[in-house]
Amino acid sequence: MKCEELLAMLNEYVDGTVNPAICEEFERHMAGCNPCQVVVDNIRKTITLYKNGEPYEIPAECRERLHDVLRKKWHEKHAAK
Amino acid sequence: MTMPAPLSPEIPDVELVRRAQAGDLDAFEALTQRHEQRVYGLAMRMLRQEHDAEDITQQTFLSVLEHLDGFRGEASFSTWVLRIASHAALKLIRKRKGLPTVSLDETPDDDDIHAVPHPEYIADWRQSPEELIHQHEIQRLLDEALARLDEKHRLVFLLRDVEGLSVKEAAAALDLSEANVKVRLLRARLQLREHLTQTLGDPASRLIRSHHQHEH
Repeated sequence: MKCEELLAMLNEYVDGTVNPAICEEFERHMAGCNPCQVVVDNIRKTITLYKNGEPYEIPAECRERLHDVLRKKWHEKHAAK
Repeated sequence: MTMPAPLSPEIPDVELVRRAQAGDLDAFEALTQRHEQRVYGLAMRMLRQEHDAEDITQQTFLSVLEHLDGFRGEASFSTWVLRIASHAALKLIRKRKGLPTVSLDETPDDDDIHAVPHPEYIADWRQSPEELIHQHEIQRLLDEALARLDEKHRLVFLLRDVEGLSVKEAAAALDLSEANVKVRLLRARLQLREHLTQTLGDPASRLIRSHHQHEH
């Protein structure tokens, strides 16, 4: 496996959906290729950071406006039926 | 005005959808409450402005209300909602940029795995994600890196890696092929890695990759 081929399989490897034979090849390549090893590690950490990052809280007033608009629309819709 | 208490969290979305379709406003509000946070978060990460995020959130749920009767549950309710929000966000971004608002067109290079950029800055990070996540500045860095992505790559990344949709679900939500989603996701992940590593990487551990391809 070449570095470029590894790159093309990166998603499947990181997501754990790569087939076992290719996974073995992938790992054999990484064992002998420090840059690829570091890139894979960086990618995993990148995903972890975004997954666990601070969520954007919807502000209370924004939420209230949303529900007001929806209730109004709901009643319009159901009155028209 | 106070919000109604959410209906029991054990009631699945499909049941709430059925009740809302039958005219139960409480069920519709409960559905909205369950999903408004995700929609708002996605919109904030796509548009980076509270005003726009509010606009997208309202548009999304108004559209949900309008089309609720036609929702037959082919996809999960949450995927359906994210689909509506995604298209609304892209439309607004394209409008802002003065681009035609035909969304998510597949361009030929998107399917070309060989056009994926190669990693440039390769270095171990100085700290673990667990240490980083508690630092105030990290959120700004994450947002900046995201903002640098082309919106169609950003959207795929957010749906897949932040919202946790499968590749198949993301493809359905965005009307793309799975192959296309995979290539966009790879580009997004690689670009984010590049940007974050420039700040978080340890220069002392930086590796220079030789340009010829070696085989092992």
